Amino acid sequence: MGASADLVLHEGEFRQIVAEVERLRREANAKVVFLVDKNGQLIAATGDDAGMDTTSLASLTAGNIAATGGLARLLGEKEFSILFHEGERDNLHISLVGDRVILVVIFDARTSLGLVRLRVRRSSENLERVFEEVQRTAGRARAAVGAGVADTASPFAEITEEDIDNLFR
Amino acid sequence: MSFINYASREINCKIVYYGPGLCGKTTNLQYIYQRTNPEIRGKMISLATETERTLFFDFLPLALGSIRGFKVRFHLYTVPGQVFYDASRKLILKGVDGVIFCADSQLARLEADCESLENLRFNLQEQGYDLDRLPHVVQYNKRDLPSIAPLHEMRALLNPRGAPDFEAVASAGRGVFDTLKAAARLVLIELKKGQGG
Repeated sequence: MGASADLVLHEGEFRQIVAEVERLRREANAKVVFLVDKNGQLIAATGDDAGMDTTSLASLTAGNIAATGGLARLLGEKEFSILFHEGERDNLHISLVGDRVILVVIFDARTSLGLVRLRVRRSSENLERVFEEVQRTAGRARAAVGAGVADTASPFAEITEEDIDNLFR
Repeated sequence: MSFINYASREINCKIVYYGPGLCGKTTNLQYIYQRTNPEIRGKMISLATETERTLFFDFLPLALGSIRGFKVRFHLYTVPGQVFYDASRKLILKGVDGVIFCADSQLARLEADCESLENLRFNLQEQGYDLDRLPHVVQYNKRDLPSIAPLHEMRALLNPRGAPDFEAVASAGRGVFDTLKAAARLVLIELKKGQGG
């Protein structure tokens, strides 16, 4: 059981997401662009992320958005949808896409905050459409499972006790 | 709420350690971090005060291996146990797949254990979860200390529904991996159910 359904990404959706994130990185002239689930799971990363601890970045970004969202609610706001952190060398632009995912852009002096904001706005709209489709697909899959007519066998339906034991060997 | 990526063939699940202040949540994570092969664990992040009390959360990612060709990753979080950090605890519970309730076995902390469990139940409910239906495991920590409550009493108070439970001395590693394994197992079984298995 859960308050929200699992996030399930299939090949085609994932490719669309990666393509959009890569396009944003190129057009905004950013160093790195990440897409992170609100719960801190890294969905996609593009750019010069070698040597970057992307898992930690994802988790801290989600923590940051969660804490800011908590502050917003205390002030009677729904949320603060954009965060900007300015560093000596690199800057961080964090924004919400829909109510589910977080778009993180890391950029330096080779571009500007204005350009990043402009490009983020357009990419957010495109990404939002992809995630709406992801949710519709998931809804249909759940309905099919509920009705006992799921046409594709889930790999997890076959998990055995032995599989689980093997994880801890 | 797990994240399943069919393209990169990954499953990510979130397990949260919950419990009263100083019960040993961070110690559990530190032990796991120390005793896990560096290849399968990421960096451990602790957002703590100068006196090493958890301020927001600790985070430890583990990539345990593969099941049916899918890489299985667990993200372990702790909450800040001190009563006044309740707003932070609520945030960390978002999207949780499994909970490990870490209790302090000392008699003097029994009341704090009960309050924390009640707080967990309430905070989960606020987000639409029901503790009795969520994969969860109970750990009775600090069994090596004097003046601890008998196991049957702790069970009656903190685990009336008989979830998997373990005695532990997290500082020495006793019971730490048994607790984690049990929680991971329940999360994966739930995932299997959720996927129509």
